[in-house]
Amino acid sequence: MILIVILIVTFLGAVLSLVSPQPGRAKWIALATSILSFLLSVFIAATPSLYNSGFKYILLGEMGITFSFGLDGISLLLLLLTTFLSPLIVLSAFRKTYRRPHVFYALILLMELALLGVFTARDGLMFYISWELALIPIYFICGLWGSTDKIKITFKFFVYTLLGSLFMLVALIMLYLATPAPHSFSFDALYAVSMSNEMQTWVFAAFFLAFAIKIPVFPFHTWQPDTYDIAPYQGSMLLAGIMLKMGIYGILRLLIPLCPDALAEWGWLAILLSVTGIVYASIIAIKQDNLKKMVAYASIAHVGLITAGVLTLNIQGLQGGTLQMISHGINVVGLFAMIEMLHVRLKSKNISDMGGIATKAPIMAAFFMIIILGTVALPLTNGFVGEFLLLLGLFEYKAWVAVIAGLTIIFTAIYLLWMNQRVMFGKPGDNLAEFKDLSTREILILSPLVIMIFWIGIYPSTFLHIAEPALLQLIGR
Amino acid sequence: MATLIALSVLAIITMLIGAWHKYKWIVPVLVTGMAVALALNINDWNTYRHYYNEMMFVDNYAVAFNTILIVMAMLVVLIAGHYFRNVVKPLDDVYILMIFSLIGGTLMTSFSNLSMLFIGIETLSISMYVLAGSKKFDNLAKEASMKYFLMGSFASGFLLFGIALLYGSAGSFNLEAIGLYATSHANDLPKMFYAGMLLTLIGLVFKVAAVPFHFWVPDVYQGAPTVITSFMATVVKVAGVAAIFRLFNHSFMAIQPFWSTTVVILSAATIILANVTALYQRTFKRLLAYSGIAHTGYLLMALVASNATSMGAVLLYLAAYSLSTYAAFVVLMLVKDFIYDDKMEHYQGLARRNPLIAITLAISMLSLTGIPPLAGFMGKFALFSSTLESGHLYLVIIAILGSAISLAFYLKPVISMFFKEGGQIVIGLNPWLKVFLVLLCLAQFALGLIPGMITQLL
Repeated sequence: MILIVILIVTFLGAVLSLVSPQPGRAKWIALATSILSFLLSVFIAATPSLYNSGFKYILLGEMGITFSFGLDGISLLLLLLTTFLSPLIVLSAFRKTYRRPHVFYALILLMELALLGVFTARDGLMFYISWELALIPIYFICGLWGSTDKIKITFKFFVYTLLGSLFMLVALIMLYLATPAPHSFSFDALYAVSMSNEMQTWVFAAFFLAFAIKIPVFPFHTWQPDTYDIAPYQGSMLLAGIMLKMGIYGILRLLIPLCPDALAEWGWLAILLSVTGIVYASIIAIKQDNLKKMVAYASIAHVGLITAGVLTLNIQGLQGGTLQMISHGINVVGLFAMIEMLHVRLKSKNISDMGGIATKAPIMAAFFMIIILGTVALPLTNGFVGEFLLLLGLFEYKAWVAVIAGLTIIFTAIYLLWMNQRVMFGKPGDNLAEFKDLSTREILILSPLVIMIFWIGIYPSTFLHIAEPALLQLIGR
Repeated sequence: MATLIALSVLAIITMLIGAWHKYKWIVPVLVTGMAVALALNINDWNTYRHYYNEMMFVDNYAVAFNTILIVMAMLVVLIAGHYFRNVVKPLDDVYILMIFSLIGGTLMTSFSNLSMLFIGIETLSISMYVLAGSKKFDNLAKEASMKYFLMGSFASGFLLFGIALLYGSAGSFNLEAIGLYATSHANDLPKMFYAGMLLTLIGLVFKVAAVPFHFWVPDVYQGAPTVITSFMATVVKVAGVAAIFRLFNHSFMAIQPFWSTTVVILSAATIILANVTALYQRTFKRLLAYSGIAHTGYLLMALVASNATSMGAVLLYLAAYSLSTYAAFVVLMLVKDFIYDDKMEHYQGLARRNPLIAITLAISMLSLTGIPPLAGFMGKFALFSSTLESGHLYLVIIAILGSAISLAFYLKPVISMFFKEGGQIVIGLNPWLKVFLVLLCLAQFALGLIPGMITQLL
């Protein structure tokens, strides 16, 4: 039941910030409600008896649609990730002078609500509704507060992802119609459907298309770098930190349990695409001058590895993928937060305008370094554990795939460390005269992220144990 | 039946009010009268009675569609009061014609005899021909009226010819008798019967504007006064669709394999052509016209499916479509009041000056696209599942592509309002209108979240 409290708290937070009499107060409402949701989800995580909790409310009995949400290990991890990152994202916007701030914060909370809906839905239609619902707030966040050329780019983003989701809707309806006579959308009923080989292939194709566009996997990624670039930083954080996990979560929740045969037949293609994306995006990332775009391409590479690892269907790959989802969310939000801090100070997000910051702002340089090392997957940081497990999983699948995918670590080290060197070290430019080190608020944003980077890096079992039973059950099927 | 009588009496009362020059009473009397008719209509629920020697058959189907018809007509009359508020000359004739048109619509949902179908269609159409040209010093309106009349009478000719051929082969105008004849002679039906069925189909899809019988729609929608256009897009469309499904369900199910391909082609062509053409529209009214055509295409999918769930899907879809289209037209009327022109540029920056209007329009556009949890999504969902249930996956794929394209043009006004700067118009809203717009938004959410309230009518 606590789960529904979290959803209601988030929803009320969105409504309250929207109607708050003074727009300035909206940010505090948003911060308070998002912290409250985080505390509640920590409470769930700390109480093992609540792990498999959920609630159900019959919405449309005769159509078999139920308003049902629940948790298992995988959902719980993503619930924690979402509620952990949301307050930080809200906090990172505090100093900005947005037009209509109350709408902005309401949309962020609405986005959080939709994401929580996706991660906890136990009913196919609720999953789909939350999935689509997540598009609306992020579309308006990017469209209203984005930078140049936002109209064209957000338009492409919206149409592209909607097309993918519509295919998913068809697949869901086909499954729904295949359930025994009073049809049902509940996941349990969908899992029980036995499909012909041909139907499974189609369902697989439709789901993979939807998830691949969202993640994004290699040839479906074209909407992503531009969208991350023009979005306000909070939008980028939501998109990269949480929203793209929807796609990987969809693979875990629907694709793997529903289409095992099709996956055995076509999984190699999906893995091949993901691995291609790793190399392709990494190479492009090296050449980027625009920091936001660099992180966008890096993100494609990293989620490519997660996707490939998860699709190998062995426990190492799945464990690594689940953990890396969390780590990637933390790292990428950290990177975007730091880029925003640089952007605010230097009025530019291009590497060529930066240099020598470490001398002026040592604390900032230290935080920057830690987050980058986490992304580069240095041992004892969070990226290492996840990527190690992922590569282990890939190695068990096919050794040469692991070799190619392993390039990601080298590439990441190349572009991120080189970037760090150019931004933080070197000769200080003239634009650094007024440069200030991190403020308390900024340290407050970054510290939780850094703590998590080390926690996951040093003692990952906390998180691995949460997801393990659910993942074992997933392959046990 | 009582509904029909109530509406006819209402029309006469309205005429008398006009004769006594009490023009201020018209809208209140009409709304009250229609509320009474609505109550009487609901009262007929689950009664299943034949009237006038089986000319009409009031079943739940008729009650359900009449409910949508009357509610939509009520909404149109309500906004018409606002739309015409500055018009000096008496407008009783406009309102009376709307009621007559509505009467024709109720006949089209409850006929059980082909002659009654024809009478219903003509009652509805002739009123609409006049209404389309009711702004009589406007050349565009005159053109609209003339086009509508010419094309409409042509279609009526097809319909009548079809009915005659059906009568010639089956020997009866009665729907059940025709259905029985088709079932019992399934293997040796005369060619005349097939020809008659096709001609009837053409006559009917003309009314609901399926490609390739849609050419009149954009011009007529654009030329007619906006409030009349909203009536056409909602009430007329609902009545036309209801008539098609009633006729086919009762009479032509035995020869479904014969007409199925035809309807598939009509449906697919309508979805593709209308959605693509809508991309190129510069004025909002024509965009809505093509949107209306596209939705006819989706609705025809249910005719192809024709299974246990398809009527519920059609009902839900029509309710959602009418509500969202109506909301869009209300916004169009409010904007046009100030600018006398409906180019998309005028919507620029509206979100900042009139957030309520912008949000209403955005919600209705997203609902028409089929974004959950709005009404349009539930309609599309029900329609797609019904079509998939009959195994027409390819048609659903076409519909999906159409929906993705449709997002592109439905977003146009939204982008203009929210993401572009410029424009000056500030629309003054009185409190009643504000409440009205908020209710329209909430209704679109409600229908999406509790679709059972409509589908249970059947």
